[in-house]
Parts: sequence; C-alpha cells; structure tokens
Amino acid sequence: MSAHPATHDHGGHAAHADEGYHATFKGYVVGFLLSAVLTAIPFWLVMGKVLPSSQATALVIAGFAAVQMVVHMVYFLHMNAKVESGWSMLALVFTAALVLIMLAGSIWVMFHLNTNMMPTHGPQETRVMP
Amino acid sequence: MLSPHTAAAVDRAPVFYDDGEHHPQQGTLLGFWLYLMSDCLIFAVLFATYGVLGRSYAAGPSGADLFELPLVALNTALLLFSSITYGFAMISMQHGRQKGVLAWLAVTGLFGLGFLSVELHEFTHLIHEGFGPQRSAFLSSFFTLVGTHGLHVTFGTVWLVTLMVQVQRLGLIPENRRRLMCLSMFWHFLDVVWIGVFTFVYLMGVLP
Repeated sequence: MSAHPATHDHGGHAAHADEGYHATFKGYVVGFLLSAVLTAIPFWLVMGKVLPSSQATALVIAGFAAVQMVVHMVYFLHMNAKVESGWSMLALVFTAALVLIMLAGSIWVMFHLNTNMMPTHGPQETRVMP
Repeated sequence: MLSPHTAAAVDRAPVFYDDGEHHPQQGTLLGFWLYLMSDCLIFAVLFATYGVLGRSYAAGPSGADLFELPLVALNTALLLFSSITYGFAMISMQHGRQKGVLAWLAVTGLFGLGFLSVELHEFTHLIHEGFGPQRSAFLSSFFTLVGTHGLHVTFGTVWLVTLMVQVQRLGLIPENRRRLMCLSMFWHFLDVVWIGVFTFVYLMGVLP
C-alpha cells in the first residue's frame, strides 16, 4: 500500500477516482497497431498456407492469440497490478487459472473418454488388473 | 521503549487513508470487472464445449467447407476499429469534450452495427443452406459460442446508444463517466473474446 498524505486525495474526486484507467492517445494507437499486426499475421499464415503442417500453424496462431490478448489487456483495458490496489489483477489471475483448468481439463478428459470407453475384450481381462 | 519510527508517527497529525468518499465509484468499477471475469468463465465453458464438439461433423460440412475467411477478417477489422474509436471517446471524455465523446461513440456504434450485420449475414446464409445449429454437434457449439458473443455485442450496442442519450441530456457528469468506463471495459473485453473466436474457431477450423 502506498502511503499518500491524506491531503493529496482531497478535492476533485470525480476526476481522480478514474486514475487507474487513465487512457492516453499514444497507448491506444500503440495497442491498435500491435493488434493489427498480431491479427494480420495469423490470417496470412492460414489464408496463404505458409506453414507446411496444420499443427505447426495451429500452435503459432494460438501463440499470436495469447500475445494479442495480453496486448489488449494492457493497452485497451489498462490492466496492471495497481488498478484497484491489485484486486483486479487478482481476479484476472484467478479467472485465468479457472479458464485454464476448465479448457485443458475438458479437452483432456473428453479426448481420453473415447479411448477409455472402448469395449474391452472380455470380462476376464478387466479382472486381471490389480 | 518506543522505536523512533513509532514516535514519529505519533507526533504527526492523524492521517486518514479512507475518507469514504470515492468508494462507490471504485466499487462499481471493481464490481464490473468481477462481472466481466464471470462472463469470461461463461465464454470459457463455451470454448471448452466447442473444443470438445468442434470436430463432430455428423457427416455434415466442416469449418473448412463453411467459413469464409475474408468475411471473418472484415469482422475482426471492424471490431478492432471499434475498440480504438471507443478509446478515442474515452480520451475525449478525459478532456471533457462532450461533442467528441458523442461523435466517437457514434462511430464505435456504427462499427458495432457493421460487425453485427456481417455476422447476421453469415448466420442467415448458413441456416438457409441447411447448416443451422441442428445439423451437427460442431454447428450447435459454433452457433452457441459465436452467437453468445454476437448477443454481447448487440447488448453492448444498445448500452452504447443509451449512454449517448444520457451524455446528450446530462453531460459528462461523474455518473456518466463511470458508465462510460464500464462500457469501455465491456467493449474491449468483447474484443478480447473475439481474438479467441477468430483464432480457435475460424482460423483453426479451416486448417486441413
């Protein structure tokens, strides 16, 4: 917690309370240009069939998406560890963890479900398992 | 014995860190952020559903057969432009220029409407071809995910028009500034979700 003197905070609350979200023209333009580049490259990679394998393309464009999400968070949503004394960042990290568990968990479980639900060759085989 | 630090603190006049005045506003923005995070979880569930069902075509068409990437690129551009024009509205707000705010909000709204009309065109085209949500699990999860995002943009546009009326009538009063900041977060958040949509649904969907 930073210890401002109380006098610093008095007056002009309407103007001061939004300081956590203070936007600058330069910030928006930088964010926009970065996003435009980070959007154009994945579209070019897929539409131009630049990389030989689909899997490599998928990995690369997923990487670009992750970077672009961070760019949006920083330049458009003005996210940093100081907004709301860090509570916004805490909520964001918590949500990101939940999202990761949900996505990775669902896909992992559901793709293994098919394999694990394959009929076994007979009841005796399952009993052999320790 | 008192340490020098404590003694100094006692000597000084009492310092109040909490004057209780700016809490409602901070509370709103943090609360709205928490709402966005819960909305993020809704989208995560829909993405997970799409991730699981997205390749179950039921002998129907796949993403490679259906998606028109130029249209998706157009939609992405429209949404990205609307993000920066909303940013310009916020900058006008910080400078207290009401006309600038209204003009940039109008431009943002038009980009939003453009996005929605392209998406509606895509959806009606798919449904007319017989590839509606009931065709396959892939299309069900596709329409649910992309449709939920489109619904958010629709409500964001309604909210934007409402705020234009509010700003027109009441000016840039603190309440309206707060509302504009909430919509700003909502609008940029939808753009973040769209990054996931165009990457994981459209671009990965057309990969061979």
